[in-house]
Amino acid sequence: MAVARFWRENASRYNLIGTKCGVCERVYFPPRSVCPTCHRASIGKMEPFKLKGEGEVLTFSIVHEAPSQMEMQKPYVIAIVEMDEGVRITGQIIDAELDDVAIGMKVRTTLRKVSDEGDAGVIHYGYKFMPL
Amino acid sequence: MRDVAIIGVGDTRFGELWDMSLRDLGIKAGLAAVYDANLSGDEIDALYLGNMSAGKFTEQEHIGALIADYSGLTRDHIPATRVEAAGASGGLAFRQGVMAIASGMQDIVVVGGAEKMTDVGDVLSTEIQAMAADQQWETSFGATFPALHAMIARRHMHEYGTTRDQIASVAVKNHKHGALNPKAQFQREIKLESVLRSPPVAEPLGMFDCAPVSDGGAAVVLCAMDKARKYTDTPIKVLASAQASDTLSLANRASPCRFDATTVAARRAFEIAKLEPKDVNLAEVHDSYTISEILAIEDLGFFPKGKGGEATADGQTTLGAKLAINTSGGLKARGDPIGATGVAQVVELVHQLRGEADKRQVTGAEIGLAQNVGGTGATVVVQILGRVN
Repeated sequence: MAVARFWRENASRYNLIGTKCGVCERVYFPPRSVCPTCHRASIGKMEPFKLKGEGEVLTFSIVHEAPSQMEMQKPYVIAIVEMDEGVRITGQIIDAELDDVAIGMKVRTTLRKVSDEGDAGVIHYGYKFMPL
Repeated sequence: MRDVAIIGVGDTRFGELWDMSLRDLGIKAGLAAVYDANLSGDEIDALYLGNMSAGKFTEQEHIGALIADYSGLTRDHIPATRVEAAGASGGLAFRQGVMAIASGMQDIVVVGGAEKMTDVGDVLSTEIQAMAADQQWETSFGATFPALHAMIARRHMHEYGTTRDQIASVAVKNHKHGALNPKAQFQREIKLESVLRSPPVAEPLGMFDCAPVSDGGAAVVLCAMDKARKYTDTPIKVLASAQASDTLSLANRASPCRFDATTVAARRAFEIAKLEPKDVNLAEVHDSYTISEILAIEDLGFFPKGKGGEATADGQTTLGAKLAINTSGGLKARGDPIGATGVAQVVELVHQLRGEADKRQVTGAEIGLAQNVGGTGATVVVQILGRVN
């Protein structure tokens, strides 16, 4: 990934900022410019909304065949976490034994190194989940 | 809207075809289809080509013009259009061809699909496939394409009691069918234990739960039904071609255990065809992973939600049963050259409906359905084809 692209896209990755529709009050993450429920009525009414960062594991997988930028981390756990606000986020679960990860496990987000582009390459930071 | 017929089909063998380039694959399949349709070549009005990622796989874009050129179609300068929707590229290209004829704009079109995947290594190949998912919010956080399907599998097991053995039985069944298809990448039967013991890729899925990396091409010739008899005695009618979309990310779905785009595309297709799931004799579904076939046969309405695994393990989708699923071997055994897959599904249905599928022939096949998926269900195309009596 080119440096500029990564820099441009990372505000929500660091701060868990999603959006809330000012019409129906549904919360979205990642951020959206238009509400899929309210359509036109929501334009200009989508407000930034910071998630608390806590949720529970909806489903997960233990990854053995990793992308090249995550080769050093395998095997790792990837999960879809349902946040307390109702939105779902895909991210790694860390600081837990592989056997201990289960559906329903309570987790919270933490800022970590997510991947790197090799020696002297760009390091990509973002959220991961750890047991609560 | 005019009725549309398929008057010719052609394909290459699927597999690691070291001696063939992307253009070889597209042209070989296309010429076979044109030959099968008894065309001279002068009648072709347009070309539609399904291809996911020629740029990444072979460093060549502008594939529509390339294939038209080397198929000898530049003399008359016919339009050539490449269509992309990840794994559903082929099915979408087919639908573009159907719409072009149904609308009356064109009379005869060739729809091709091709992908050359083995020009890059395994790791890169998997990363390119994962570009069908959300790169910014899924893949870049470590959700590989197999891992996304593994998460579907784990949740399906959790919610419906689907077992690991039932999921693995999809691979066993599709290899059994692939063994009867001389063009399949894998023509050997496998045991359930082999699937269960295969090296883990993304738990709970192992290597034998995943469709392989493949090279291949497939093509069909479409024609307005009222002109089809001029070229063939056995036109196959396109009863419906329907398409639906969903969120790009799996996480943003109402449920990770179902592809709503499949349900919606199927509902639209059955309405257009004035048929129901029980009328279908055979279906080619998008088993890029074993669990994908279980979702497909549930979401298409063939089995109740949560019962797909049990039905598969019970032999209810094996050749000889009332409904045969993936007689070609599916993506799992026939192979999955991404852009070719949706077209290859149609090729298999046509062979079956013409009664020329040899050892894997479904007796009395009248109605066939194809379900082609892009990403983790963000694009789904459903085609329904029928014999003309």
